[in-house]
Amino acid sequence: MRNSFAQTLGELAAGDDRIWLLTADLGFSVLEPFAVQFPERYVNVGVAEQNMAGIAAGLAMSAKTVFIYSIANFPTMRCLEQIRNDICYHNANVKIVAVGGGLAYGPQGYTHHGVEDVAVLRVLPNMTVFCPGDPWETRRVTELAVQTDGPCYLRLGKANEKKVHQSAVGFAIGQAVELAPGTDVTLASTGGMLASCVEAREELRQQGLRVRLLSLPTVSPLDQSALLRAQLETGGIVTVEEHGPGGLYSMVAEFLLTTGHPTRLRGLHLPREAVKVAGSQAELHRRFGLDPAGISRVVREFFDQGVAQATRR
Amino acid sequence: MSDLDVQAFARKIRGHALRMVHRANASHIGSCFSIADLVAALFSTMRIGPALLGDPTRDRFILSKGHAAAVVYAALAVRGFFPETELDNYCVDGSNLTGHINHMVPGVEVSTGSLGHGLPIGCGMALAGARASGGRWRVFVVLSDGELDEGSNWEAILFAGHQRLDNLVAIVDYNKWQSFGRTSDVMGLDPLADKWRAFGWGVREIDGHDYSQIGAALREVPVQAGHPTVIIAHTTKGKGVDFMENRLEWHYKSPSAEQLARGLAQLGGDK
Repeated sequence: MRNSFAQTLGELAAGDDRIWLLTADLGFSVLEPFAVQFPERYVNVGVAEQNMAGIAAGLAMSAKTVFIYSIANFPTMRCLEQIRNDICYHNANVKIVAVGGGLAYGPQGYTHHGVEDVAVLRVLPNMTVFCPGDPWETRRVTELAVQTDGPCYLRLGKANEKKVHQSAVGFAIGQAVELAPGTDVTLASTGGMLASCVEAREELRQQGLRVRLLSLPTVSPLDQSALLRAQLETGGIVTVEEHGPGGLYSMVAEFLLTTGHPTRLRGLHLPREAVKVAGSQAELHRRFGLDPAGISRVVREFFDQGVAQATRR
Repeated sequence: MSDLDVQAFARKIRGHALRMVHRANASHIGSCFSIADLVAALFSTMRIGPALLGDPTRDRFILSKGHAAAVVYAALAVRGFFPETELDNYCVDGSNLTGHINHMVPGVEVSTGSLGHGLPIGCGMALAGARASGGRWRVFVVLSDGELDEGSNWEAILFAGHQRLDNLVAIVDYNKWQSFGRTSDVMGLDPLADKWRAFGWGVREIDGHDYSQIGAALREVPVQAGHPTVIIAHTTKGKGVDFMENRLEWHYKSPSAEQLARGLAQLGGDK
């Protein structure tokens, strides 16, 4: 996803000289083309994320569209108050890009696990939160971030993610993408869980289940109409995210409880507890039931419970 | 503007600030008085004004010590950004004149209040100015001394020195007090000028209440070509009202009606 981001940003910057890119000394072998092509609009601010966020706000207040780039929690948690006060309160046109959202840096340890970021950032004023599901969605959210005036957070995976979409996708901000129809259960995926959800859906299809698959490349604002349709038209919703509590599951729950309709909801997310050992992304997904087998198992249980409840009634 | 005019400006905004904090039962009058002369001089020399509000080449002013908002609101009103009568609404329910400086107020570039935020933003504005194809602009950031405890400032100081942002001017209100006591007891800053110099800044130390020294320093920026400038202004917290000068309690207390009257009499401003 990071390469898709960097390439898209370079293309956009060629046609829009307001676009700047700042990094806090990360992005080796990713950002060099931008730095070479647009040296006047590129700054490595050094290992100083608070300053980077403040500088970005100051540039944005000078009519620039500023991307700030780092990995995991460094461009978010480390400078959270700068994001809150300097960027969000001023509605500054700053786009925060974190590579390695979720458990992409799993083996590096808990400091590098970006698993609370969405919960923290989605409550800030004016903030749009993007969690693209594959390189094509990454391309699209990068375009949308430039088109939107105001703070955005782009939570990206790392590298070599599977392409789920066959070609460019054209969703709008806050719009879910329906990848497959179905009425038994809705699988609502955000971020890098998308490829696993596609696999899980295929397994469930072979079991005879018709699963609606939604990708939510924007989690804030949430696609309320797609979720309402899922609530009304399918046997329940299972959210899937590479994130702890407070993210997509909480947001969907908050919304569904306001609709006044009966709600069946399950959340597949990481626990609140820190992961204290090394673990590859795939291994950690297995451990926490976020691998395709874990997802399909939970969806199957969830569906069967719904059938059992309906039968009792 | 002559030193005499700056003096009258300073007297006027001190009077406004004193009335504002009295009316609002608010704090931080000592911090306002500490920078009143600097603010008066800045608002007399910067290329700003209501007519320049949308002008991308205007100078930028950031009050990083956002708790001294009252005196800056007063300066903006005196400079015609909004009516002086509006100052009566300082901290009043529903007013955008919040206790810490607020960009919803005409002429305020940046909201601050949490310390250590203004200088990084100033770096961004100065960088945009330094790389602008049109006219360059200057960025003035007023910091408190206690605020320099914040590490984010030192990230920005390192950055501005490295980037040689000579259109950036930091002004340190060095009144030697912070919330709990003397800076020398809480978190010593000396040798302060050496620290900035070591980070690549041109340094000018002045008496922050001497109009000719302030004026000269502002006229001479950048004091070192190709380097950002810091003006370390030695100041007196509460300057202008004798019972407030160098008294930590005036970081917190609000003047009573009697103290307001005595203060205004000493300032000699309009009642």
